[in-house]
Amino acid sequence: MATSLEKIIGPRTPEENLAEDRFRFRLPIIFFLIAALLLIASIFLPYWKMTLQAPQYPKGLSITAYINKLTGDVGEIDGLNHYIGMRPLAEAAQLERSLSIAAVSVLSLLLVAAIFIHSKYAVLLALPAILYPFIFLGDMYFWLRNFGLNLDPTAPLSNAIKPFVPPILGVGKLAQFVTIAQVQSGYYLALMASISILIGLYFQRRAYKPLIDSPAGSEDQPIAITDLD
Amino acid sequence: MNLRTMKKYLLPFVLMAVVGFLLVTACSGIGGDTETPESAAAPGDINAIAAERGLTPADIEAAVKTYTPTGQHDEYIMFASGGHSGQMLVIGMPSMRLLKLIGVFTPEPWQGWGYGAESSMEVLEQGKINGEEVLWGDTHHPALSETGGEYDGEWVFINDKANARIAVIDLRDFETKQIVKNPIAINDHGGTMVTPDTEWIIEGGQYAAPLGWEYASLADYEEEYRGMVTFWKFDRESGRIQTDQSFAIELPPYWQDLCDAGKLVSEGWVFCNSFNTEMATGGVEDGEPPFEAGASQRDMDYMHIFNLDKAIEVFKAGQTEMVADFPVISLQTAIDEELLYFAPEPKSPHGVDVSPGGDYMVVSGKLDPHVTIYSFEKIQSAIAAGGFETDDYGIPILDFDDVVESQVEVGLGPLHTQFGPDGYAYTSLFLEPAVARWTMGGPYADLNDDEPWSLVTKTFIHYNVGHLAAAEGDTVSPDGKYLVSLNKWAIDRFQNVGPLVPQNLQLLDISQPGTTMPLIDDMPLGIGEPHYAQIIKADKLDPWEVYPEIGWNPATQSLDPNATLAGEERIERDGNNVEIWMTAVRSHFNPEHVEINQGDHVIWHLTNVERAYDATHGFSLPGYNINISIEPGETATFEFDATQDGVFTYYCSEFCSALHLEMVGYMLVQP
Repeated sequence: MATSLEKIIGPRTPEENLAEDRFRFRLPIIFFLIAALLLIASIFLPYWKMTLQAPQYPKGLSITAYINKLTGDVGEIDGLNHYIGMRPLAEAAQLERSLSIAAVSVLSLLLVAAIFIHSKYAVLLALPAILYPFIFLGDMYFWLRNFGLNLDPTAPLSNAIKPFVPPILGVGKLAQFVTIAQVQSGYYLALMASISILIGLYFQRRAYKPLIDSPAGSEDQPIAITDLD
Repeated sequence: MNLRTMKKYLLPFVLMAVVGFLLVTACSGIGGDTETPESAAAPGDINAIAAERGLTPADIEAAVKTYTPTGQHDEYIMFASGGHSGQMLVIGMPSMRLLKLIGVFTPEPWQGWGYGAESSMEVLEQGKINGEEVLWGDTHHPALSETGGEYDGEWVFINDKANARIAVIDLRDFETKQIVKNPIAINDHGGTMVTPDTEWIIEGGQYAAPLGWEYASLADYEEEYRGMVTFWKFDRESGRIQTDQSFAIELPPYWQDLCDAGKLVSEGWVFCNSFNTEMATGGVEDGEPPFEAGASQRDMDYMHIFNLDKAIEVFKAGQTEMVADFPVISLQTAIDEELLYFAPEPKSPHGVDVSPGGDYMVVSGKLDPHVTIYSFEKIQSAIAAGGFETDDYGIPILDFDDVVESQVEVGLGPLHTQFGPDGYAYTSLFLEPAVARWTMGGPYADLNDDEPWSLVTKTFIHYNVGHLAAAEGDTVSPDGKYLVSLNKWAIDRFQNVGPLVPQNLQLLDISQPGTTMPLIDDMPLGIGEPHYAQIIKADKLDPWEVYPEIGWNPATQSLDPNATLAGEERIERDGNNVEIWMTAVRSHFNPEHVEINQGDHVIWHLTNVERAYDATHGFSLPGYNINISIEPGETATFEFDATQDGVFTYYCSEFCSALHLEMVGYMLVQP
């Protein structure tokens, strides 16, 4: 009889089947590991970029968001933003940026942990990583909104520029500036990680569900894993 | 965002544009009064436009060759002397647009050159003459730094003929970094020219005077008066002339004129021409022949041939005499050590120009219709052969026929020669006035189809050409393509603007061989008299867009100890000394209030913390003659004694932003 712990971690990989059907049980591991590696790699890559175009800036201005920093023409954009009373960009998402690398590392570790959980509960461990790209954009939107809507009413142009929310993706327009916001390579890696996790969960479920439904050692229901293919 | 809020966002920027719109409409309004819409040609109908404007097909061709639409950059950049404006001009070619005027010997308000900023005041200070401020110059000959005889786009030098001074300009920021006063001479002319790797900057003299600026009667001219050539050591690392490693050679009181450094086969040698070998001393008021006649009596003057390599050895060996604390190789030492030879050159020459291969020296005797071409090889043979006559000072004179390769009759008043890549040489003809194209012989003969050592064609110019500048035309590899005729007179070329008439720089297309050499553009210049110019391929220049770091000191080209970042602004008082660390950013100074007491000594550091290209701020403090330009990243420092009490408004004098007018502060000086 399965203990509650066994219920949570699910059945172990049956040694007797491993040799003949190694791939079936390895497949989820591969996808989870790929996802974890993609997440770790994304730490070093840009997630989001906004380009501002205006006649006075023939080369354009841009800010690039990594999970832990902002790069690009931050000073110049801050300089422009002060006219409309927007706070310096460095003040945005300070907590998120300070925790981000640790957080993504934890997400990756949870994925590694999910490799060993062969029950439905694996989804719980993987869920934060699956949702992570959407949480990122959600948080980004929160800050864009927070900054755009909380303009200093004493700023030089505050009577003319009313609070606004710059589009988080796609093209926007503010005065003489056209803004183009796009997600970047790091974000795509995170998205691919989500997909990889979903595939991994599917294969894990496919590998272990028969074991859950017909626990090994049950005499009346011998395993016939190969039949499932 | 919905349309209504978007409209609101746009409103301030519409307001910002109002100033611009007002200007544009004002200007077009003025233009609109003079032309009727009906007279306008159909858009796109080039022939109709040309007919209406009276343009010939040649005019249209010239326009197409030179017209440079907005945003398109020029292929070449010309560095022209500003003449007696004491400045340097930077001109784009072929558009012939003035891009910049670099303050050199003369204060220049736009750049804040000489109005308080220490980085400029210290340089102008170096130009003092016997303690006397001399705030103008007669800039004559710019010289771009060279590597292996090619312009390298790093430095440009220029002389001040009036006061025998040399300036060093850094082409990273196009600012003057050093002025050196020649301690032994009151005037110069044969500078600046550089040796092929810019180790030495040549400064030849002009009007003879006792060396070291002593007194001597004109009656003792031959004994007491002297000419000179100075070799300034340039150190690229520090970007400065090393005055303590420089030296001069004493010369007879002939008036040395232009010089040129040997290159390739003639590297290590230097050539200067001279006039007034008659040693006329003028005195028209006493019935003596005036200089113009007295100095033009003899048929021949002397080309000076210097063995520079040997002169450096002699200097390093300490065989010099100190004149005004400056080492000078005496005339006798120069003769004894075989540093100096003369070759006769036709009457009152102006140019001596070394050919691209260093093998020929071209001299234009301005009172002789020929260019005379000397062979370096023949000069060397003649020196080796020995057995010379000497002049009155004992300087060996090579035989004219032994050293001359050829003479080409080019026309009246030949002055200065430049070279093309295709075996052609170009000589200005002051009197005709025209630019002559002629062919070089020897190794250059096969580069074109015209007969060697012969005149090919002339293009008449307007009017009275002095120097010429061809694209990289005095380097080891001339580019051809364009040539600029630096004309002294413009007469009727432009609208009358009163009796003082602009100079006229004319652009010639020299890209086609043979007799085709059309004039394609005019550039009037109402800024001094551009004397000589050098033309460099624009892509060899790589200046900064903004200073490398916030807090940059252009004088030292390094971070200034008083660099002030945003948040570090402060005012500190120590007794009667007040020190201010201020920042400038669009659109405010910080601090905006400076409260001091009459009698305070004020040291004011100002940092432009901008990183955007072109985000320059000005700083003008009326009443104290302070006017500064701070480019993005620059830190400037100025000092003054608060002698006047009252309320002073300092403001940004370079239109920086929509809120530029609000970029202001109050300095309150309590009595």
